[in-house]
Amino acid sequence: MSHEPVPVPSLGVPAQEVVLAVRDLTVTFPSDAGPVQAVRGVSYDLRSGEVLGIVGESGSGKSVSSMAVMGLLPKTARIAGSVRFKDRELLGLTEKQMTDVRGKKIAMIFQDPMTSLNPVYKIGWQLSEAVLAHNDVSKEVARKRALELLEIVGIPSPDKRIDQYPHEFSGGMRQRVVIAIAMANDPDVIIADEPTTALDVTVQAQVLEALRAAQQETGAAMVLITHDLGVVAGQADRVLVMYAGKPVETGPIDGIYHHPRMPYTVGLLGSLPRLDQRSQEKLTPIPGTPPSVVNLPPGCPFAPRCPLRTDICLQSEPALLPALGADHEAACHHSDVLAHEGAMDIFSTDPNAVPGEGPDAAPNAVPGEGPDAAPPNENGAAQ
Amino acid sequence: MSTSATAPASSTSTAPVPLLSVRNLVKEFPIRSSGLVRKQVGVVQAVSDISFDISAGETLGLVGESGCGKSTTSRAVLHLQPATSGQVLFDGVDLTTVGKNDLRRLRRDMQLVFQDPFASLDPRITVNEIIAEPLRIHGLYGDKGAGRKKVDDLMATVGLKPEHGNRYPHEFSGGQRQRIGIARALALRPRLLVLDEPVSALDVSIQAGVINLLEELQDELGLAYLFVAHDLSVVRHIADRVAVMYLGKIVELGPRDQLFDHPQHPYTQALISAIPIPDPRRERTRQRILLQGDVPSPANPPSGCRFRTRCPKFLTLTPEQREKCVDEEPLLVGRGPGGMATSQDAVHKAACHYAESVQVL
Repeated sequence: MSHEPVPVPSLGVPAQEVVLAVRDLTVTFPSDAGPVQAVRGVSYDLRSGEVLGIVGESGSGKSVSSMAVMGLLPKTARIAGSVRFKDRELLGLTEKQMTDVRGKKIAMIFQDPMTSLNPVYKIGWQLSEAVLAHNDVSKEVARKRALELLEIVGIPSPDKRIDQYPHEFSGGMRQRVVIAIAMANDPDVIIADEPTTALDVTVQAQVLEALRAAQQETGAAMVLITHDLGVVAGQADRVLVMYAGKPVETGPIDGIYHHPRMPYTVGLLGSLPRLDQRSQEKLTPIPGTPPSVVNLPPGCPFAPRCPLRTDICLQSEPALLPALGADHEAACHHSDVLAHEGAMDIFSTDPNAVPGEGPDAAPNAVPGEGPDAAPPNENGAAQ
Repeated sequence: MSTSATAPASSTSTAPVPLLSVRNLVKEFPIRSSGLVRKQVGVVQAVSDISFDISAGETLGLVGESGCGKSTTSRAVLHLQPATSGQVLFDGVDLTTVGKNDLRRLRRDMQLVFQDPFASLDPRITVNEIIAEPLRIHGLYGDKGAGRKKVDDLMATVGLKPEHGNRYPHEFSGGQRQRIGIARALALRPRLLVLDEPVSALDVSIQAGVINLLEELQDELGLAYLFVAHDLSVVRHIADRVAVMYLGKIVELGPRDQLFDHPQHPYTQALISAIPIPDPRRERTRQRILLQGDVPSPANPPSGCRFRTRCPKFLTLTPEQREKCVDEEPLLVGRGPGGMATSQDAVHKAACHYAESVQVL
């Protein structure tokens, strides 16, 4: 794979080598109430150097699907489908074979940096361990590499810090150490599962910066799992939106945010308060709650909460089909309706909500716009 | 309320007397040594001399990162953890000196909604009982029929079905539980609700519903809110005025749009610039102000301005200018050009010697 620096928000990346291909991945856990279908068919291609954001709310299966890719689920989980890393099928590998891939070719960053570092070993030891596990090098070389890595992720005075224990680091610093460990073996894929959720915003900004540095340095492709649509907007090239264990919409980042074709995505964007808007419009929550994945009724899992619901939605579950160009797919029987005017207002209960503006209307969120400009963009959800 | 003799920072000249008036509030916690004796070896000032007002029907957003003292402030305001010094005037009565019986009566008027809807509801009693509890404690439940009606009305007010009242908390989702917590807080018809991170445990699609509910309740009941949160997007949506805290101090206080559109304090500017906006086009053109290092320990805060160790502005100052930051604590006052302290009564105040309005968004 190429090691040329990847332009950070690399949009319109030319078709590149697919490093990770996931097909029809399903994960089922047994439970007293019946089988829990945590993941009900996830497919995606991750190309080298790109960032794929997987978003969804709690219980949507976004984390479980990635744990399955890494082979980290408990033995009770039944996993089916295919996960190909380059030319190698990962599902069904023995633990020993998987160990060879995990940490070397595919690295993972977890949410909680407190628990992903070992409290009784020094940072330097833990970094060196990651290097030594997959490379036949001397301890001195490993330590030198460890220092380099700490430097890249922006730890101040790494030569001093390398001999400290995790408890001497703050949360944000620990997460940077975890990122350093993830990039220790120059992986081709980094899976980051809610890497900044436990952190304060100013620290989050630092960690996202470190993550970007790590990606540039290694040229790795990244799967970024998060519930934060703001974080994804700033980091990802493509997005996969999950609901009830399935992708419901996927496509290039701009398409998903500005021309969503699945009511759930529209609802998610509309329910977010925006820092950059003075609008006093009410937020438009999605009514109801996500379904339990134990006994899903037939039909679209989002139908009970969907304003566009018709009979067909209750009978058959829509497949993920091209909605806006071949690259942008949505799983909705009525996604063409969302191409028309007022699409962003489908959840709005306010009869006076601005209907006219189609989703294609150029957003007025242009840099020059002074804060004193009266709020013409009152249709809050529309961008 | 007594004419503000003790409160030099008292403001809002034309506005009616504020419902809640916090003056020079300080809250210290002892640091104890380990071992059997646990001798006190020092003190952490979690909240360090802060003052603010909230008028009836108004929402004050109190924001800051973990450890800045915002939750401690909310507890001191309710006198759940008595303040070390300073005054908390509710409707002119000082909670820090009032007697036990009076305090209990005052508590009716000020209620708390907690962050975690899973930990803040007793799992062993039904929702009806949870909501009825404050009514019983204050002897307002009345006879069975009247009490039940009050509980049913409260359930309906927060958008829950009264017939679900005999269920237990675990049978409800996170958003519904938070509604139960709000119904309980509303039971005594308070005038002030202290909301401590009320929506941060909820998924976004659910969070929006709870925010809308809070706004509706405020319109209907004329409640005042002290809204403590770390999510500035939510605060921008719901608050009328915003106070930004850093290391136990309020560093900037002002009307919402002024504060977000023209932040004056370098910390506020960094904070706003760090919040991701769910719009990829905007995200691509944004400049982030990255702060260096971590928040210093509140047990040993920096001299002068507490933010100077991480301040991007500080780095651009000349050595002579920096001296002022090191030696002199900046006051929270209105700021003119060049950070000149202007009026104590300004609506928009910043605690920075070199405050300068910058557009971050």
